[in-house]
Amino acid sequence: MATVIVVTSGKGGVGKTTTSASFATGLAQRGYRTVVIDFDVGLRNLDLIMGCERRVVYDFVNVINNEANLNQSLIRDKRVENLYILPASQTRDKDALTKEGVERILTELKQGFDYIVCDSPAGIERGALMALYFADEALVVTNPEVSSVRDSDRILGILASRSRRAEQGENPVKEHLVLARYAPERADRGDMLSVDDVLEILGIPLLGVIPESSTVLQSSNAGVPVILEDSSEAGAAYNDLVDRFLGKALPHRFTSIQKKGFLKRLFGGG
Amino acid sequence: MLLRSPHLASEETPPFELKGSLFTLTVLHLFQMDRAAIERHLVEKVKQAPSFFNNTPVVIDLEEMTDSPEGLDFNGLYELLRTHGMVPVGMRNGTPIQQAAARLAGLPALPESRANGGAKKPDKTEPASHSRIVNHPVRSGQQIYAPEGDLIVLGAVSAGAEVIADGNIHIYGVLRGRALAGVRGDAETRIFCQSLEAELVSIAGHYRISEQFDSADRGKAAQIHLMENRLVIEHLTR
Ligand SMILES: Nc1ncnc2c1ncn2[C@@H]1O[C@H](COP(=O)(O)OP(=O)(O)OP(=O)(O)O)[C@@H](O)[C@H]1O
Ligand SMILES: [Mg+2]
Repeated sequence: MATVIVVTSGKGGVGKTTTSASFATGLAQRGYRTVVIDFDVGLRNLDLIMGCERRVVYDFVNVINNEANLNQSLIRDKRVENLYILPASQTRDKDALTKEGVERILTELKQGFDYIVCDSPAGIERGALMALYFADEALVVTNPEVSSVRDSDRILGILASRSRRAEQGENPVKEHLVLARYAPERADRGDMLSVDDVLEILGIPLLGVIPESSTVLQSSNAGVPVILEDSSEAGAAYNDLVDRFLGKALPHRFTSIQKKGFLKRLFGGG
Repeated sequence: MLLRSPHLASEETPPFELKGSLFTLTVLHLFQMDRAAIERHLVEKVKQAPSFFNNTPVVIDLEEMTDSPEGLDFNGLYELLRTHGMVPVGMRNGTPIQQAAARLAGLPALPESRANGGAKKPDKTEPASHSRIVNHPVRSGQQIYAPEGDLIVLGAVSAGAEVIADGNIHIYGVLRGRALAGVRGDAETRIFCQSLEAELVSIAGHYRISEQFDSADRGKAAQIHLMENRLVIEHLTR
């Protein structure tokens, strides 16, 4: 039975799409048939980060409106086997997402996939609600700042009260915290919240800490999910995150200030 | 020794005193006097909860005996229970002959249980109160109201969340949001929390906002109540 995972945050620009792309890629790399869906109708950019924007023919809304079938709109990733992307439409508005339509597509996808990753738009409007409604698990992406944590708290409340699982009285959506854009030296100076601060406020299990890293912007400009840059800290952090999701007990890295070694100082890196 | 403590022997302080007291005792409801069956069942029970069977006093109740042999072997039963960690202290119900047999084995007959013709239990149980129990954290943007009673939250109340009750509010976690007790005017209501970091607290309409908190109260386990129409914050100490 396929698992539906929403990547959500409330606040915009915190790293949902970056996380969706790397998480889905990581699951597929480990042999799971995975599809990642862009729910950000009108502002699509998952296909850019996945590097497949020039291969988009049909999109999510086309399938909902029965203008195309799933096979026509799923894009097969060229680098990683088992990985498919269902892009969002650039031109439609968010009302195109109906509960019935989304449910029909998810039900069909569940036949052929192990994991369905839903990249949620920001906010708590229709698009975000549709992305989380059918979720079994949630990656709640937060930046170490008060407003982002507050919005994540809000989303956790919505997951607990307005998801399908909540409405049907089933087991609650399983919550995972992803703390993105973390800079230990700034947390140490008190410029941003620390890992412990965030955990104390949100009180959900920490799946991964993704360090602030310039590699993220570079790789998304190049259309490569950063998890494929395994020599970078952000890539390594996403690899750990996927392993932890699949049950490996790994210690958290990149949460404290690293003294730069001689070679690192010589060649840089980050 | 006795000589050196003349008080002990004096008339005013007798060596003991008798006073009535109530105890909760375990009652062993015997259904049949099959020694082997009893022993088998005992061994199993002891295996499940060994710590329970540690010289535990029990009362033997014969009310539900299916077969009622007059000559119950109370001595044997006594020994059996003792070897498995129970100390019989009495018996109840049973025929007069059974009671006599029990007395001979050192087990006095206790008054019959109230179920025998005593007050009948009401058919339906009314809720004792209108408390509302929330066993998850209350997140930002959520609002929870307990009408006509207390609100009990097993978890934190986040900043941006609101908990409201006609009665008291108990928060087994950090209170970061807003808590309003006695919203229908009950000035006797209180708010309890494990750590006070609230945005606002209010009792019967008398409120205080975060800015007006004493820094010494922040982060403390506290109760908040009204005293002469003034909000008072008291630390809870253990
Ligand atoms: N770990 C990181 N280090 C540095 N920059 C990052 C990191 N994660 C994300 N970013 C940058 O932050 C910006 C927003 O990222 P992303 O698009 O993934 O966020 P989002 O939550 O999907 O945004 P939206 O709410 O608009 O959908 C991008 O420019 C991205 O490169
Ligand atoms: Mg996005």
